[in-house]
Amino acid sequence: MKSAAYYTAKKITFNSFVYLFLISVALSCIFPLLWMLSSSLKTQETIFQDMSLIPRELHFDNYMRAWTEGGFGRCFLNSIFYTTSVVFGIVIVSSLAAYAFSRFKFPGKNLIFYIFMGAMMIPIPGSFVALYVLLNKLHLRDTPIGYILCMINVGLSTSIFLLKTFFDKLPHELEDAARIDGCSKWGIWRHVALPLARPVLAVVIVFNTLNVWNEYFLALLIFDSPRLMPLQLGLMKLQGEFVTQYPLLMSGLTITALPIVLLYLLMQKYIVKGVTQGAVVG
Amino acid sequence: MNYHKLKSTFENYLFILPAVIIFAIFYIIPFIWVFQLSVFEWDGISPLKTAIGLANFKEVITGDPIWWQSMLNAGYITIIALTFQNAVAFFLALACDREIRFKNWFRVIFFIPPVLSEVVVGLVWQWILDGNFGLLNGWLTKMGLAHLAKYWLSDPATALNTVAIIHCWKGFGWGFLIFLAGLQGIPRELYEAARVDGANAFYCFKNITIPLMIPVIVLVGILTILGTMQAFVLIMAMTGGGPAYHTQVPVLRIYASMQGASRFGYACAQSLIFGVILITISFIQYRFSGKQSR
Repeated sequence: MKSAAYYTAKKITFNSFVYLFLISVALSCIFPLLWMLSSSLKTQETIFQDMSLIPRELHFDNYMRAWTEGGFGRCFLNSIFYTTSVVFGIVIVSSLAAYAFSRFKFPGKNLIFYIFMGAMMIPIPGSFVALYVLLNKLHLRDTPIGYILCMINVGLSTSIFLLKTFFDKLPHELEDAARIDGCSKWGIWRHVALPLARPVLAVVIVFNTLNVWNEYFLALLIFDSPRLMPLQLGLMKLQGEFVTQYPLLMSGLTITALPIVLLYLLMQKYIVKGVTQGAVVG
Repeated sequence: MNYHKLKSTFENYLFILPAVIIFAIFYIIPFIWVFQLSVFEWDGISPLKTAIGLANFKEVITGDPIWWQSMLNAGYITIIALTFQNAVAFFLALACDREIRFKNWFRVIFFIPPVLSEVVVGLVWQWILDGNFGLLNGWLTKMGLAHLAKYWLSDPATALNTVAIIHCWKGFGWGFLIFLAGLQGIPRELYEAARVDGANAFYCFKNITIPLMIPVIVLVGILTILGTMQAFVLIMAMTGGGPAYHTQVPVLRIYASMQGASRFGYACAQSLIFGVILITISFIQYRFSGKQSR
């Protein structure tokens, strides 16, 4: 029989290896962001020599320059506008549809629902080619509305799925009471179903916000005019134009990443929920 | 059918109408057009489309080595993601499933890379890995390992591996969260019962954890394959597909056929072949796993 000390020693060694593993991975996750922040505060002269994480002088004027010269101010406002419009659109359109799919009876309901769900499963990586042609035909290329509608479509299937699953589990009593009180279908959707769906709406909103804010490729296809570009596109453009202007680029990256990291830290409960629920469909 | 019932059904359709319209225009129509366009030679602008039958498909299959090279590259990144990335994710999830301190902190931190955009991740890493002024080479030189310093992203020998590692860095958080949810779904009583019967930790892992996690492992596997094969924005931001096609991937080729070469029909043929390959892979994996777990 081995002594208790042997087992304690074994457990401590094992645990230290586990912590070492966890901490090194965690550091690798955070460090690039810290380096980005640190680089954004150096100057074009010091950035190539100064390898320290905390620069000797902090140059916040890089942010001013990125905001004006780099065009990130306008890009930032564009990104905010696209994100809020798309998320608002998705919430309205998908909650209307999910509510109908869950509560009403009408011919063709299941077929239409399965077509929506099929869109989540069938990969057509190149459908952007045809989408580009279509947007040209409709004169929606290089317009905000074209981009907003495309992005609403991107988030639609998953959001409908999440909301419908929620409504399916929701008891009917409150809605029945509202109907007896003479509330119309629209009134019930607006005043009973939507407020009750708040927890799942939060998941839908957070996920779609991340998705739209981070979206790059559709924006690349749709926008030609610099004044309409969102942040991701502005970054790639700046990287192409000023290859060596690293402090400016790093400020732009920080401006782009910071809101999303803050949103994530505040809302991470909903993100974990969304990942585990969404994974079941995908 | 009386008037009221008709009005009610009509109202029901109004609820789904906005969703159906947006979906029909921006999903269904492009979906159908991909099939239609694939049999034409068309530059995307001129009114003249030349129907050429299946010639586009034939050219993709027999006359486009770069396309198949890009498919191999994507396959290579996918294999690294399936093994390395998912193994790391799985062990991290195992570690966080135990009673340890700062568990929630780790969980929050591991999902930071996935919430960042591919553009941000690509450009930050490009700066860290820069051949002349990058931090990584700076560290290597300082530690006296200057001979290991490389042009990580522009050297054909290292570019693909570097891109694959960064892809894993960006993606492991997804697998981690799904694995963790799966592990937390395993009833604790099973472990306790096994302990009482004298089973050691390894025995529990092999005979309880692994069998019960098979469905979750398959799910993460399919998600990894579909996600990684179609990944391209990160690569666009880091290398743009270079040096000399060494980090080209299929979706980048489709985009190049469309924007660079202005061959819209050819791009559609490529994307259909790619779609069929993806569906086949995930179907095979699904069937294979279904047989195993039964």
